[in-house]
Amino acid sequence: MKKITIDPVTRIEGHAKISIYLDDSGEVSDARFHVTQYRGFEKLCEGRPFTEMPRLMARTCGICPVSHLIAASKACDEIMGVKVPIAGVNIRKIINYAQILQSHALSFFYLSSPDLLLGMDAPIEERNIVGVLNRKKDFIENGIFLRKFGQMLIEKLGRKRIHPDYIVPGGVESPVEESIKDEINENARLCIDKALYTIDTFRSVLPAFEEEIRYFSHIPTYHMALSKDGKIEYYDGDIYIIDPEGRIELKFKPEEYNNYISERVEGFSYLKSPYLKIKGYPDGIYRVGPLSRLNIAESCGAEVADRELSIYREVAGRISNAAFLNHYARLVEIIFCAEKIIELLNDDATFVTHTKANAGVNFEEGVGVSEAPRGTLIHHYKVDRNGIVQWANLIIATGHNNLAMNKGILQAAKRFVKGDDIKEGFLNRIEAVIRCYDPCLSCSTHAVGKMPMMVEIVNNKGERLKEVRR
Amino acid sequence: MKIKTFTIDGVELSGREDQTILEVAREHGIKIPTLCHLEGLTPIGSCRICIVEIDGKRFAPSCITKVEDGMKIVTNNSEITEYRKTILEMIFAERNHICSICIANGNCELQNLSIELGMDHFEIKNQYPRCEVDLSHEKYGIDHNRCVLCARCVRVCAKIEGAHTKDISGRGHNARIITDFARGWGEAETCTGCGKCVQVCPTGALFEKGKPVGARKKRDFLNYLKIMRGQ
Repeated sequence: MKKITIDPVTRIEGHAKISIYLDDSGEVSDARFHVTQYRGFEKLCEGRPFTEMPRLMARTCGICPVSHLIAASKACDEIMGVKVPIAGVNIRKIINYAQILQSHALSFFYLSSPDLLLGMDAPIEERNIVGVLNRKKDFIENGIFLRKFGQMLIEKLGRKRIHPDYIVPGGVESPVEESIKDEINENARLCIDKALYTIDTFRSVLPAFEEEIRYFSHIPTYHMALSKDGKIEYYDGDIYIIDPEGRIELKFKPEEYNNYISERVEGFSYLKSPYLKIKGYPDGIYRVGPLSRLNIAESCGAEVADRELSIYREVAGRISNAAFLNHYARLVEIIFCAEKIIELLNDDATFVTHTKANAGVNFEEGVGVSEAPRGTLIHHYKVDRNGIVQWANLIIATGHNNLAMNKGILQAAKRFVKGDDIKEGFLNRIEAVIRCYDPCLSCSTHAVGKMPMMVEIVNNKGERLKEVRR
Repeated sequence: MKIKTFTIDGVELSGREDQTILEVAREHGIKIPTLCHLEGLTPIGSCRICIVEIDGKRFAPSCITKVEDGMKIVTNNSEITEYRKTILEMIFAERNHICSICIANGNCELQNLSIELGMDHFEIKNQYPRCEVDLSHEKYGIDHNRCVLCARCVRVCAKIEGAHTKDISGRGHNARIITDFARGWGEAETCTGCGKCVQVCPTGALFEKGKPVGARKKRDFLNYLKIMRGQ
C-alpha cells in the first residue's frame, strides 16, 4: 500500500492534511481528511459567566463570529427564559445575513474562483485571486464589493467589523438609527445585481466542470438545515433532516438535537464526526450548508432569489447530492441575504428602541441554533444557579460535514489518482473537494490562522512516497 | 504648616509638609503614572507603579511619600520606566487578563497603563492561576482573574460607604478580595449593594451584571463626594 499526502491543504480556513492510501496495484484504497489543529473552547468556557459566552465564543473565528454570537446569545436567551424584542431579533437577523453574504463572497471569489475561472489545471503560480484579477478584473471587483458590503453592514450595526460584541443575551445592546437605511438599501440592491452577473459567469463555465460535479463528493447522504414554513431560515424554525432522495426523515426542535445527533472521535483528526443516531455510525452520514439548505427548503421566500433558485434547480434538480454545487448555492444565497436585508430594513419594527430583554438565570440549560454560512451551528450550555458555565457542547457546521468530506475525497481520489506519479492539477482537485464545503477548521476544532494543507502518498509499508506542501 | 522646598525633574518647587510627591507633581502638571491610587481614597502605595527616584539613591512610591526639604526627585528615566514595566508585567503575570472578552475592554486603567508604558511583550512567565468568578450577588459580580489587588474596593467600602464588606485574605499570589468572612458576595450581610466598589475598580474585576462591554465606570465620583462633604 502507498500513501499520498496533501499537506497543508490551501485556500481553506484552518489547518489540514489529506492522506491518500494506494494498494499494491497503485489504486486508491482509502483517503482521509486530517484536521491538525486543536483548540478546546468547550473546556475553556467552563467557570465563566454565561453572559460572557457570546463574546467569548465569537473569538472562535474571525470569519463567522456573528454566527457564534447568534447561536450563543440564543442559548443564553434560553437560560434567561426571555423572549427577545422584535427589534432585537430583526437586528440580529440583519447582521447574520450580512455575515453569510460576506463569508460566501470570501469562499466563492477569494478561495474557489481561481479553480473555477482559471481551471483546476492552471499553473499554480497563477491559480490565486491575483491571477483571476489579472484576467477578469470586474469579476473580482464584484467579489470585493460583496464582501465589503457585508463587513460594512456588520460594522454599522454591530459597531465592530470583526468580533462585534453588540449581540448580547436578551437581544442587542442598543437600537439602530433609521438614517442608515438609504445607503444600505442602495448597496444591497447593487449586491443583487453583482451576484446575478456572477451567476451568469459561473453558469458559462459550468459545462467544463461536468466531471467535478459528478466526482466531487457526489455521494448520497442525509441533509440537515433549519427551515420554517418550507422556506430558507437562518434564525428560527425547526431542524429538518431529509434523506438523499429528499424525503423528510426527521423534524425536531433545535433544543432536541441531542436526541438525534451523536459525535464520534476518530484518532486521525481533531475534528469530531457527528452522525445521526437512528442510522448509527458511519451510516448516519449527513451534510449541512448551502446545498443542504436549498435541498430542504421549498423556496427562498424572496423574489429574485426564488427566480434564481428555479434556474439553479434546472441544473441541480430538486435534490442534489453534488458538493460542487455548493458554489452555485452560495450565489443564490447571496441574493437571498441581500433581499432579506432590504426587507428587514424596511420593517419599522427594526428601529423600535426596545432591543433587549433583561433577566437573570431562570433555567440551568440552554441550546441555541442558527444557520452559519457553512451550515447549522449548535451551542449548548449548562450553568449553575448563579450563571457560571459548568459544561458546553458546540457542534459547528464543518463538523457536521466531516464524514462527508472524508468520503468525498475518497471518491475524488479514486477518480483522479492512480499510482504515485500524479499531476499537480489532480491534487488540486482533491483539495477543491474540501473547498466545496468551505470548511472553517478554526471554528470546528473550536484555531486561529491561515489554512495551509498537505497531501501525502504512502505505500503499503507505511513509507511516504510523495508529499505536496504549500 | 511648614513649607518644604525640593526639586522635581530639576525644577525647584515647594509644597506643604503633609503633601505627597504625587500631589505636588500633579499640581504642577508633572505626570506620574498610577494604578492603585484614586483621588478621594486614602493612598496605600500597594502597586508601586508610581515609584520615583529620590536623591539618586533610592526609589519610593510617590503616592505615599511626603515631600521633604532638599529632596531631588526624578519622575522619569530609563531605569524608572524599566521598573514600572516590570511591576506591570508582574501584575499581568499573576492573573489571567484577557482583554478581548473583558467587560472593561477599552475602559480599563490596566490596559491604558500598559499602552502608556509601552509594554508590548512579556518577559515574566504567566502563572495562569485558577481563579473563581463569584456571581452570587444580585446586581454585581467579581472575576478574580482580572483583579490587581489595588484594594480600591476595600478602601471605598470601608472609608466612604462605611460598610467594610470587602477585605483581602491570604498573602502574595494567594491574596484574594473577600466579602464578609470569605462568604459569597450574595450572602454578605454587610453589603449595602451601593456599587461604589464596582465604580472605582480599575479593571473588569468588579462589574455590574447586564452592562455592555466597555461600559464607562464612574471613577471620578469620589471627587464630588469630597466636595459635597466639604473635605
